[in-house]
Amino acid sequence: MADHDDETLAGSAVEKAEPQKISAGTAVIPADPFENPGEPQHHIRMTDKDPAEEKRAARQVSTLFFASIVFSCLAVAAYIAFPIKDGDTGSIRLNNLFLGLGIALGLLAIGIGAVHWSKAIMPAREITEQRHLTRGSDATRAKAVEVFELGNKESGFGRRSLIRNSLFGALFAFILPGVVIFRDLGPKVDPNVVLRHTLWKKGMHLTLDPSGTRIKAADVTLGSAFHVIPESLLDSEDLLEEKAKAAVLLMRLKPEDLHEPEGREDWQYNGIVAYSKICTHVGCPVALYEQQTHHLLCPCHQSTFDVTENCKVIFGPASRPLPQLPITVDDQGYLVAQSDFHEPVGPSFWERDRA
Amino acid sequence: MFSSSKATATAGRKRVGRRSPLATVSLIVVGLLTTGGAYALFTSTATAETGSGTTSAVSQDKVNEGQKLFAANCATCHNMSGSGTTEGPSLIGVGAAAVDFQVGTGRMPAAANGPQALEKPVQFTNEQIQAMAAYVASLGTGPSEPQSKYLKENGNAANGAELFRINCAMCHNVAGAGGALTEGKFAPSLKGVSSKHIYEAMLTGPQNMPVFNDMNITPQDKADIITYLKYLEKNPSPGGFQLGDLGPVSEGLFIWIFGLGAIVAITVWLTARSH
Repeated sequence: MADHDDETLAGSAVEKAEPQKISAGTAVIPADPFENPGEPQHHIRMTDKDPAEEKRAARQVSTLFFASIVFSCLAVAAYIAFPIKDGDTGSIRLNNLFLGLGIALGLLAIGIGAVHWSKAIMPAREITEQRHLTRGSDATRAKAVEVFELGNKESGFGRRSLIRNSLFGALFAFILPGVVIFRDLGPKVDPNVVLRHTLWKKGMHLTLDPSGTRIKAADVTLGSAFHVIPESLLDSEDLLEEKAKAAVLLMRLKPEDLHEPEGREDWQYNGIVAYSKICTHVGCPVALYEQQTHHLLCPCHQSTFDVTENCKVIFGPASRPLPQLPITVDDQGYLVAQSDFHEPVGPSFWERDRA
Repeated sequence: MFSSSKATATAGRKRVGRRSPLATVSLIVVGLLTTGGAYALFTSTATAETGSGTTSAVSQDKVNEGQKLFAANCATCHNMSGSGTTEGPSLIGVGAAAVDFQVGTGRMPAAANGPQALEKPVQFTNEQIQAMAAYVASLGTGPSEPQSKYLKENGNAANGAELFRINCAMCHNVAGAGGALTEGKFAPSLKGVSSKHIYEAMLTGPQNMPVFNDMNITPQDKADIITYLKYLEKNPSPGGFQLGDLGPVSEGLFIWIFGLGAIVAITVWLTARSH
């Protein structure tokens, strides 16, 4: 490897730039510059020493390329052997799986073969390439200035101020539409209008999700949890959006277990309480109800609410209790809402506290 | 040096035999083994007797038999009258379905106080469970065991899946793989649970599970939910490996270890010198 500085070898004919002389006034010259460690010691590979090894490596590379051919052919064969049949999702799975495996392994074999080829068989030689200087030669710079000046003279860019300034104006105006459409990233309607109210209102029947059948108070036995939607939801145009706000969990506890705050004692009916199912943290459905401990757990971030204490937060990142839906019964004994929620359901939003 | 080693030797000789600290321990071990062994022998023979005795029992006999079993196995926590103590709830009005579920899945009798009674090998024969169920049902009316027409797993799996997603999936996971609750409690996996036990669990709300009575989820809807769960058990996942159906946790762990591991391995190989 004594000849590895030979100028005629491919790969070593690099343009070499001498480092510029820097004047002491413009640069910090370290008193004890870090010594260039030079190139690492040249490593002689098995394939350099032993022709048998080199032959073996060459065989491995060609085997990988042949394997790639085989995998690509297998992908084609799999596409024919496992056709996608209408209405059979299993056939899509088989087709995609084997087609994808064939293509992926085909490409992987080419890649591994190419890297192995370059690492084991192609000549191993350390070379150094100096960085080019970023500053052009004085002649190049003078030529560039000349081109600019000629352009200015011939176009009259500096002289014809009306054309120039109107062009500036046009370019500025062209950007405006792009800026204006950023508005679409913001909310479509004022969140204060859409988030403040749900479908619940006075006299709205509580109905079962998903069937929409009304719920008799007597049917809600102790320890029960009913997943509830407002009766008008199933006829609603924006069913999912309205459900995302109006979903309610109905539970029955022993009346003596409930500690309702003053003024809200009649929001429950014989121990039946209804709370918003939308977590006040980021709006996951809170419905993991433990009927003995009366804990309500949110599955997303483990916020835990105590149903006996008006759903106050006893653990986790939620910062507000779940809003309670005031309920009562109609003259036939079916559960109805007394009103909408008295506060916005779900997570916080800007100006939520605005009256 | 010599004298000190001799002193140790004499001290050692003094501590063997009856006065050795090990003597007390071994005495306790022997005592425990004898009493425990005798107790086990006694209870196993007692179980065998009652097991053979209830085969052709009429209803009142069954209730009486159940009362005996109850007094022997349940009354410590649930009180002799079944009215409950501080250790266990009242069983008046829980019905035969609750007994069949709790005892039939081995959750009762509970092994120890804890956040949740765990599923264990069943402690009683089917006849004994029926007898205890008959006794507890006689204490007060409650849900009885489901009719077999709802356990045939031939309902509407699509309707069952929708009901399962609304009522059950938040705790039991959408594939029924189970999930964590608060303070050490958890919703168990529903894989391999018998149709009857699934039905009874919905009906009675064991432990911290809420009750889903027949007005909330009708018997036919319960049959549909069971059909859905059994459909999941019988049909392989269309997405390939299920990784326990646990969702982002197991799937994320898999891709972090094996996906990133493969990328790291390839990167190391790419930059390594050929030997």
